[in-house]
Amino acid sequence: MAEVYHTTWPNGLTLLVEEMPEVRTAALSIWVPAGHVYDPPQRLGTANVLSELIMRGAGPRDSRRLLLDLDALGVDHGETAGSFHMSFRAGTIADNLIPALRIFADIVRRPHLPEKEFPAVKELALGELDSLEDEPREKLLVELARHYYPPPLGNDHRGEREHIESLTLEEVRQFYQQTFRPQGTIISVAGRVNWSEIRAVVEELFADWTNAAEPTWQLGPEPEHRAHLTRPTQQTQIGVAYASVPFGQDDHYAARAAVAVLSGGMSSRLFTEVREKRGLCYAVWASYHSFKDRASVFCYAGTTAERAQETLEVLLAELRRLPEGVSADEVQRVQAGLKSALIMHQESASARAASIASDWYFLGRVRSLDEIQHEIDTLTPQRIVEHLRHYPPRNFTIVTLGPKPLHIPEDLAN
Amino acid sequence: MGGAVIFQYTRLANGLEIIGEYMPHSRSVAVGFFVKTGARDERPEEAGVSHFLEHMVFKGTKRRTALDVNRDFDAIGAIYNACTGEETTLFWATVLPEYLFSALDILTDILQPSLRQEDFDTEKQVILEEIRMYEDQPMWLAYDEAVALFFRDHPLGHRILGTVESITALTREQMRDYYQRRYVAGNIVVALAGRFDWEATVNWLHDHCGPWPKGATPRQLVPLEPRPATKVVPRSQVNQEHVFLLSPAPPGESKDRYAAEVLATIVGDDIGSRLYWALIDTGRADSADMSYHEYQGAGAFFTYLCSEPDDAAENVAIALETFRQVAQEGVTDEEVAQAQSKLASRWVRGNERPQGRMQSLGYSWVYLHEYRSVDEELARLRAVTPQQIRAFLEQYNLLEPTIVALGPLTELTSPALAG
Repeated sequence: MAEVYHTTWPNGLTLLVEEMPEVRTAALSIWVPAGHVYDPPQRLGTANVLSELIMRGAGPRDSRRLLLDLDALGVDHGETAGSFHMSFRAGTIADNLIPALRIFADIVRRPHLPEKEFPAVKELALGELDSLEDEPREKLLVELARHYYPPPLGNDHRGEREHIESLTLEEVRQFYQQTFRPQGTIISVAGRVNWSEIRAVVEELFADWTNAAEPTWQLGPEPEHRAHLTRPTQQTQIGVAYASVPFGQDDHYAARAAVAVLSGGMSSRLFTEVREKRGLCYAVWASYHSFKDRASVFCYAGTTAERAQETLEVLLAELRRLPEGVSADEVQRVQAGLKSALIMHQESASARAASIASDWYFLGRVRSLDEIQHEIDTLTPQRIVEHLRHYPPRNFTIVTLGPKPLHIPEDLAN
Repeated sequence: MGGAVIFQYTRLANGLEIIGEYMPHSRSVAVGFFVKTGARDERPEEAGVSHFLEHMVFKGTKRRTALDVNRDFDAIGAIYNACTGEETTLFWATVLPEYLFSALDILTDILQPSLRQEDFDTEKQVILEEIRMYEDQPMWLAYDEAVALFFRDHPLGHRILGTVESITALTREQMRDYYQRRYVAGNIVVALAGRFDWEATVNWLHDHCGPWPKGATPRQLVPLEPRPATKVVPRSQVNQEHVFLLSPAPPGESKDRYAAEVLATIVGDDIGSRLYWALIDTGRADSADMSYHEYQGAGAFFTYLCSEPDDAAENVAIALETFRQVAQEGVTDEEVAQAQSKLASRWVRGNERPQGRMQSLGYSWVYLHEYRSVDEELARLRAVTPQQIRAFLEQYNLLEPTIVALGPLTELTSPALAG
């Protein structure tokens, strides 16, 4: 891996650049600390509306010109209101990265947030909520987060229908003014680019950006950890969540490895026990999710209503059994998967741009390849089991969606 | 970039074709076995067998149980999977270069599956779950209905997953028969991309796949004769109206496929296209996109619209008006240039890593029997003109699509549609 260059300006904005001379493309990520946790409690969905409205004209370009210019540069892009950040991701051929960066600087710093586009953007936001109802798996995962994390951490970025209906343009503009700031903003670039060239451009575009007062948010009460949503579907969707170690703390690598034992490759436990041996479902998996101060494992299975009870019980039993031991073979397979992913990521500009931004946010530094490799190499069954003693899979949050509720076996669930 | 990519080709005596592109700067290697068979090659009584067989290929061989297959792949850190389409079934793996021969050992072994009864019975349940999973997704329900109505009794109308009835009735003997008919060396292409030693790989494949039964399985190409129709499928429990519009497009082997790709981008790319400005920018629909689907001997433009039911009929009218303008007035130079930039950037990025490159190479070989470097592909893309788009639109009628709407509506009417 090439060296990752970084600099932080006095206003708090950080630039990370990884030169990848062997590729012909480049990718850009901008993380602005303006996520949906800052949505006013009576206006949930504000950040999401802003993430759409902010693309409707910026700097010298109106809405149409902006998209046309990004298209002319061959920029594929996406904007997301995450929990703590609004993220802008763009990928293109390397020569077009700097012109694209200039457009995104306008979007972040000089958006028009135009009145004439606002009604259509609200309609889109409401449409997103409607469409969610036609995607049972996605709906289940939204509800699982809501029942696992307290608000606003467990909130869905799409927000609430009534809140969006009442939302005014003034409130969206105010949200932008309060949250968009250089302090905590991370810009990462990876690909066939030149560090000093990018640094000069970012200096020109962002060094004079000033800070407003830091916005605040408040953690709400613990949610109810059980729920069932009745829907006339063919399949029952099952979601189970439990606590894990946050990224960068304690033995976070052992936590990731434990999840990989459950749900890494196709030989992992959930796939083997639930799908391969019993044929209970097509999709079953577990995945790790982290905030800075807390983390979780989310598990999912979707199966025909008649077989949902058995699926839930098998799933919970597998989770409960995990601290009893992990075999050396399992750890070897986890190591092989992690090593291979680590090396293959080096081929992808967009994977690197995302990864270095994430490292910086969580750790305040970018991990070297050697460091990660060392952590992978030193994983052992003992280390994983030790982690699981501190974080045993139990006290589950369980959410289901389907024709009828399931019986929750409390001996397994608590 | 730097460092020329090198393409190589060979054919074993039994008909198995091997193609490879060496990518000097890659850190991995991807290999795919493209079996030229899919849903369109199925007899009515074996609907869904291609896809079910794709699953059964992972369920073990004389040398490996199903669990061994998964363990062996995972032990080398492989990224691997398979997918079944209308006309190709692809088995692939991407690995670090030192594991290429281990990956080939597993892939070539599993392509001779045991198809044990017990595994067959268990996996049948998984397939039925997969069908039910899609039944809970209205977009896919609408897609299936639209394909059935557009292709009618043409083999491209076959459902890849089959149906609950066809899968339930399917026997292991039927699957074995299909396997013996279709999985012959002359019907398989092996594609490699990334960092690998061509000669050593070919020698290895020669030793291990040389004994595979030869033979070819020519596909009967039936001409597609679309008869436009509209169908509304009422589903009261669905929230949004999911609409597909299908119209004929150039086949995969046509010289017009690049122009078709450019046209679909101009009309219906998910951002910055004509449908985007008409339907998404205005907040009328949550989704509005057009994509070009190419097959051997046939092609189709798929347009998908998703909105609140009340807006659906008007949105369809707006989409039809968009089609009419394109067909009658053509597209502009600027639009063509814009679509070319977008597609060029996507193709470069999509082909930059071995896994994406292997798939492009393989599919291109399956359809065209021809190698095109990324730069050659880009040159063909850049050669597309508004005149060329106009010319092929005279041959492929965009204006009378087959329309399927699935959702709360019981009919699809609006003043605009009535006119």
